[in-house]
Amino acid sequence: MRLVRKDIEKDSAGQVTLVPEEPEDMWHTYNLVQVGDSLRASTIRKVQTESSTGSVGSNRVRTTLTLCVQAVDFDSQACQLRVKGTNIQENEYVKMGAYHTIELEPNRQFTLAKKQWDSVVLERIEQACDPAWSADVAAVVMQEGLAHVCLVTPSMTLTRAKVEVNIPRKRRGNCSQHDRALERFYEQVLQAILRHINFDVVKCVLVASPGFVREQFCDYMFQQAVKTDNKLLLENRSKFLQVHASSGHKYSLKEALCDPAVASRLSDTKAAGEVKALDDFYKMLQHEPGRAVYGLKQVEAANEAMAIDTLLVSDELFRHQDVATRGRYVRLVDSVKDSAGTVRIFSSLHVSGEQLGQLTGVAALLRFPVPELSDQEDDSSSEED
Amino acid sequence: MARHRNVRGYNYDEDFEDDDLYGQSVEDDYCISPSTAAQFIYSRRDRPVEEYDYEELKDSPNSLLNHQLSEIDQARLHSCLDHMREVLGDALSDEVMIEAVLKNKFDVQKALSVVLEQDNVQSLKGKSERAAPAGKTVKGSQSSRSESEIVPKVAKMTVSGKKPTMGFEVPGVTAEENGDSFHTPHKGPSGEDANIASSSVFESVSKVPLAAPTIPAAEEQNLTPTPGKKSSKLRPQMDIRAELEKRQGGKQLLNLVVIGHVDAGKSTLMGHMLYLLGHVNKRTMHKYEQESKKAGKASFAYAWVLDETGEERERGVTMDVGMTKFETKTKVITLMDAPGHKDFIPNMITGAAQADVAVLVVDASRGEFEAGFETGGQTREHGLLVRSLGVTQLAVAINKMDQVNWQQERFQEITGKLGQFLKQAGFKESDVAFIPTSGLSGENLVTRSQSSDLTKWYKGLCLLEQIDSFKPPQRCIDKPFRLCVSDVFKDQGSGFCVTGKIEAGYVQTGDRLLAMPPNETCTAKGITLHDEPVDWAAAGDHVSLTLVGMDIIKINVGCIFCGPKEPIKACTRFRARILIFNIEIPITKGFPVLLHYQTVSEPAVIKRLISVLHKSTGEVTKKKPKLLTKGQNALVELQTQRPVALELYKDFRELGRFMLRYGGSTVAAGVVTEIKE
Repeated sequence: MRLVRKDIEKDSAGQVTLVPEEPEDMWHTYNLVQVGDSLRASTIRKVQTESSTGSVGSNRVRTTLTLCVQAVDFDSQACQLRVKGTNIQENEYVKMGAYHTIELEPNRQFTLAKKQWDSVVLERIEQACDPAWSADVAAVVMQEGLAHVCLVTPSMTLTRAKVEVNIPRKRRGNCSQHDRALERFYEQVLQAILRHINFDVVKCVLVASPGFVREQFCDYMFQQAVKTDNKLLLENRSKFLQVHASSGHKYSLKEALCDPAVASRLSDTKAAGEVKALDDFYKMLQHEPGRAVYGLKQVEAANEAMAIDTLLVSDELFRHQDVATRGRYVRLVDSVKDSAGTVRIFSSLHVSGEQLGQLTGVAALLRFPVPELSDQEDDSSSEED
Repeated sequence: MARHRNVRGYNYDEDFEDDDLYGQSVEDDYCISPSTAAQFIYSRRDRPVEEYDYEELKDSPNSLLNHQLSEIDQARLHSCLDHMREVLGDALSDEVMIEAVLKNKFDVQKALSVVLEQDNVQSLKGKSERAAPAGKTVKGSQSSRSESEIVPKVAKMTVSGKKPTMGFEVPGVTAEENGDSFHTPHKGPSGEDANIASSSVFESVSKVPLAAPTIPAAEEQNLTPTPGKKSSKLRPQMDIRAELEKRQGGKQLLNLVVIGHVDAGKSTLMGHMLYLLGHVNKRTMHKYEQESKKAGKASFAYAWVLDETGEERERGVTMDVGMTKFETKTKVITLMDAPGHKDFIPNMITGAAQADVAVLVVDASRGEFEAGFETGGQTREHGLLVRSLGVTQLAVAINKMDQVNWQQERFQEITGKLGQFLKQAGFKESDVAFIPTSGLSGENLVTRSQSSDLTKWYKGLCLLEQIDSFKPPQRCIDKPFRLCVSDVFKDQGSGFCVTGKIEAGYVQTGDRLLAMPPNETCTAKGITLHDEPVDWAAAGDHVSLTLVGMDIIKINVGCIFCGPKEPIKACTRFRARILIFNIEIPITKGFPVLLHYQTVSEPAVIKRLISVLHKSTGEVTKKKPKLLTKGQNALVELQTQRPVALELYKDFRELGRFMLRYGGSTVAAGVVTEIKE
């Protein structure tokens, strides 16, 4: 993402002009745009024209519109962002108050105006514009009969393909069905890799599985590559890294990212960092349960005692439609920062972020134990699903 | 060619979907493509000779009952019956007499002699008082002929369905010999005058057992209703319990899983046992020996009996459950050889979930037992898993004893350590047996050891005897039908096959079945038990069903088949009581786990921690806990990604149990307490 202009007043109202460059930037933008903001961007609108004789014609016009945002919709598969709202700046094609949906396009600038730019949003812009942050990793998590081909970017884990093949069991005296199905499975995974992984961008491909599946698969893949003379695969052979995972389900990706061999190679991708932070939280919970808390009320109480050392919070919470609720989270983050604590904002698209989301979305490691809140009736957060 | 076969195969499917395939003759099969036909004919020929007899026998009641009698003949029949009753009293059933009369063309004298002769035959078993009157009435030359007619009558009544091996108490040989001869006499006289309403006779047939319970034959007649039903569309309840007892000549079926740490010698032990029992022929064994030697793994030769995929042999590790069967003196054992490697525990769970009893194999050699028994070894985890999955009886094979020179001290050391652990795990001391073995040399497997090293201190059972002495579990045959799919594959012929263990109830060929969670119905076209086609199977059997009327894509491993009238519930959210194992990181809300339920493994999330329960009393000690730590007993709510078919523990014990795993270790065992929508 490129920051073109930033005009923010002292009362923290103002506007920012940005140019999204990568698909991931759409995700960042999704986290920036809130209901009630105004967004100006170039878009295409179908306009009806009525001539003096009364004949009606319609044509598509490219125009720049300014909307008051009513709904934001993100498609994580295609990485597209659609923003719906009412027009607040009349032009020759579109009347005031007319509805329109802008689909943000890469490499076209847009301007976002907010009445309140808070710290979380500003940090997000900074993060998004930091070029050092882009380290792409592809991962294939597999077990016999099930594979997920994922792309792990700094702030997203995208499942590109899920391969599920029914593999008959070995039976006495008849293993051919098993072997054939296994080969078919490997072939499908290989095709998924070729189709979805761009080796120009990807630094490293993790092949994670329990047992011997990864070895078998890699053998198969390179045999096929030699057979079909697939230069792409053979040239990138060194990028493949085999690691252990306990199953082929998506959450096992976490195990793969924790693996020391991988961690050294990826050093600081955000994904690996998040996994580690969550692990630390669970370890603390194990050894000193008093020093680990989760749930908004508990964390807020700990914060009041200035006890928070590290705050883990899911970015899902900042997308909350209710301004007051969102404000509560922002205040929490700010106050933790003020008291010299660290704040880790987890991407809800990562596996670890998903887990944190299930764990009320906010958790904290404390400097010292804080007595547990006696009233456990914080039903508001636990019953919402 | 391929196109033709497809089209034909397809039509065949459709056409026969609702037909009773049972009555199909061999000729019908010729209508389909030659390859399919070959398949069918092969399987029929494959069956023992009785199959042929059965076809004959099955036809017989119909041919008899379809005789229609004119009014005059009916009157004659009644007068004959009255006459006979005067002589015989009420000792014989109407139906026996009717038959005798019909056969003898309304000749009272002949009929009487026939009936009495028949009685005579039966009285060989004990009663001989009737021999005298029979002797008087029988007229020399006729006796031989009438006998050949009578015996078949008995045979006809004893037909108990497809399995001719069961239920014959009358000398079976005579019945079979006469199978043909009794058929022929009817063809002449039965023509037009024998037009009795088939239903009336048939009704009387089924009433017989009530009317004449004193006759020895009555016991066998009990079974007559079954064949009648089979050929018609109405299929009333069959007496499954009685049938089950008769099957296998009184041998009970037992599902056995072999567990233990990797390289404890599970496959070798069982492979050698199968070889000693004669289930592997010498030539195959020799081949394995040669090939394994060539691969530099001579000691794996016996394991190759059960490890059949190339990958397993190459690496010398069992990866998936190997399944086979063998027989002991009193039992038929379905053997499941589970993998011991840590990464294949999901496979081991699917095997153990289907087992009634287990053999735990441990390596006696120095260091190896310890490695398997410490934390991280699979001896403990497997032990806990099988216990949590409902296995209560366990034989511990202390293997590789030859490597420690059959030392008694070593045996006792291991027994002591393991015994204590197994007790903690919840096994009753009386249900655990320790047996010293050697899988490689085959010592103390099938016969008690002769080696003096062992016999001087060990006088107990050998492994096979121990397996034989397991108590068979109670099967819930009376509950609705449930089958958990452990494998789906395409077989030759139409439809496709699923295998699995019947957890409850029973199934007959031609039954409509409902698969959950896909919620689709299909028809069971064939049932195979231990590679032999059967017509029904009941709880505890490990069967493969051939299904028609459903797409193979819809069925996955882990689906559950049930009767359409009493379906199993499918849900994504349920409550359960769980027991936390020895875990490193505590369980919180939102904890992602892998749910292993029967043969399913499905990602799930612990949605809510409802309460912590007291371990023994089950009282709530804390509501809404922050986290669960090791050893705790708790009530939680789980949510799965996709629907899973579940049963409550209180309804179906076998189907209410599950395991939770995370990151390659088992974190909890649980039972389903409540199913949410």
